[in-house]
Amino acid sequence: MSDLTEIRWHARAGQGAVTAAKLVAETALYEDRFMQAMPEYGPERTGAPLKAFTRISDEPIEVCNNIEHPGIVVVLDETLLSSTDVLEGIEPDGAVIVNSTETPEAMRKILKAPKGVTVATVDASGIALDTIKRDIPNTPIVGALVKVRPIVGRDSVDGQLLKTFGKKFAQEMIDANLESVTRAYEEVLIDG
Amino acid sequence: MATQTTVSETGNAFVATAYRQVAPEALFAYPITPQTTIVEEFARYVANGKVKTEFVTVESEHSAMSACIGSAAAGARTMTATSSQGLALMWEELPIAAGLRLPIVMANANRAIGAPINIHCDHSDVMGARDSGWIIMFAENAQEAYDHTIMAIRIAEENSLPVMPALDGFITTHSISRGETMDDKTVTKFVGVRKPQHSMLDSKNPIMVGGFSTLGNTYMNIKKALREAIDASLPSIKNIGDEWGKLTGRSFDHVEGYGMEDAEEAILVLGSAAGNVRAVTRKLRAEGRKVGMVKLRTYRPFPAAELADMLKGCKAIAVLDRSDSYGAPAGPLALDTMAALYKAGVDVALRPYIFGLGGADVKLVHIERVYNDLADLSDGGLNPGLTYLGI
Repeated sequence: MSDLTEIRWHARAGQGAVTAAKLVAETALYEDRFMQAMPEYGPERTGAPLKAFTRISDEPIEVCNNIEHPGIVVVLDETLLSSTDVLEGIEPDGAVIVNSTETPEAMRKILKAPKGVTVATVDASGIALDTIKRDIPNTPIVGALVKVRPIVGRDSVDGQLLKTFGKKFAQEMIDANLESVTRAYEEVLIDG
Repeated sequence: MATQTTVSETGNAFVATAYRQVAPEALFAYPITPQTTIVEEFARYVANGKVKTEFVTVESEHSAMSACIGSAAAGARTMTATSSQGLALMWEELPIAAGLRLPIVMANANRAIGAPINIHCDHSDVMGARDSGWIIMFAENAQEAYDHTIMAIRIAEENSLPVMPALDGFITTHSISRGETMDDKTVTKFVGVRKPQHSMLDSKNPIMVGGFSTLGNTYMNIKKALREAIDASLPSIKNIGDEWGKLTGRSFDHVEGYGMEDAEEAILVLGSAAGNVRAVTRKLRAEGRKVGMVKLRTYRPFPAAELADMLKGCKAIAVLDRSDSYGAPAGPLALDTMAALYKAGVDVALRPYIFGLGGADVKLVHIERVYNDLADLSDGGLNPGLTYLGI
């Protein structure tokens, strides 16, 4: 399974990390690929740090252990950086995407990220407040993710969002989510 | 014509879909992590009119199994689901369901048993029920959990025995994966309608259920009949698995191996860890190592002859148990395997391991270490006996 992509998500409970992990996984299925999305369950209380995992592959995925060496790390809440080593085990040529207003160069220093690791920042919370009108950065950050590492197609994300939201939400809400993805895709800053 | 749909769902959602399609006449349940979402989802199907089931939220697992026994004895197709301490609370009634030969189906989300309190996966709960007369099946993933659940109702009703399709808590119940669900009509036809031989509600042919049997040999005769029934269910389970496999294109065997045609060292395991073991086996075989892996889908009745046959060519085998039988020479799966090999006259070095208790992560390096241990054993190294893996 050389094409296996492994993503680890860091967030606080309530920020929608599991939903984001699911969105990426379901987008992979939308492209007729194989996927796996799993949260790491601990005490369930809003604000508690949590991790979630996504695997994507062109072949059936048989492993089900925790991801130790992610190729991609996504951080939905930068206040976690003081207490969590978000880069733990990251691949030497991996990428980290942080929801932050810092520049990627400044973030590289904060993270003490090695040279080979790509560092990207995007104000996903700001974009969410502008578009969805709530600080739920999970949907926009997927837009940034597929810009940094095109693990699934940009159009497939929209396609899957339409499929997920299509039946249950007002057009206004769907448009806001789609716009948040587009803006994050365009506004994400990448170093490396 | 059988039509399948590719979906991405949690393991519990796959199981809940199977429950809806099986459409039991009655379901009695009490919530417990990580089983809860099976019943939650099923309750939604009931509320939305997607399935016509008498759904009762009872006040404990003890009540759930009591109600299931009454309902199944009355002749209704009856299901429930549970996990961990919930299954433990049912202990009193599990042998009653089997002793009365009631075809109840109960999915179990495999979870540790306290103390300490732990909500994560191991097989301590199921192993506590292994001697109760229930048929027990272990799923590697959500797809197998779905398939086993649908097969289970047929197995239960054809053999007049309760069946427990078990799936690993959180690892399988809560992770989202890709799989296929069958169209409703095909499942309806496959599972048919329960036609009970006897029913408590048949007033023209009155029967008594749950009577005394303390004099003479009747108690022992009834228990012998239970032993014969569960032994005899082995070919029936296989036939039902084959029939379902013809519709789905997914084959079924009690014992499934990978690389076993020439394996000198092999690992035997139950449940989701089989995927991790297979991935490591695949990697080592690509490097030229003669290794193989075996998993059981049917655990009770124990497919002893088939297992011994698959393992007979090995020099050394490891049995990975996700629960311990404290004070016994090894974990339950290892003990069963030793008995199966002894019975078949197969003399092979066997090293028992305990792994993954309370959700401890099964790292691929741990599995590779087991294969290295086995290589040493093959070369005539000492067998250090029961080993807790990874700590």
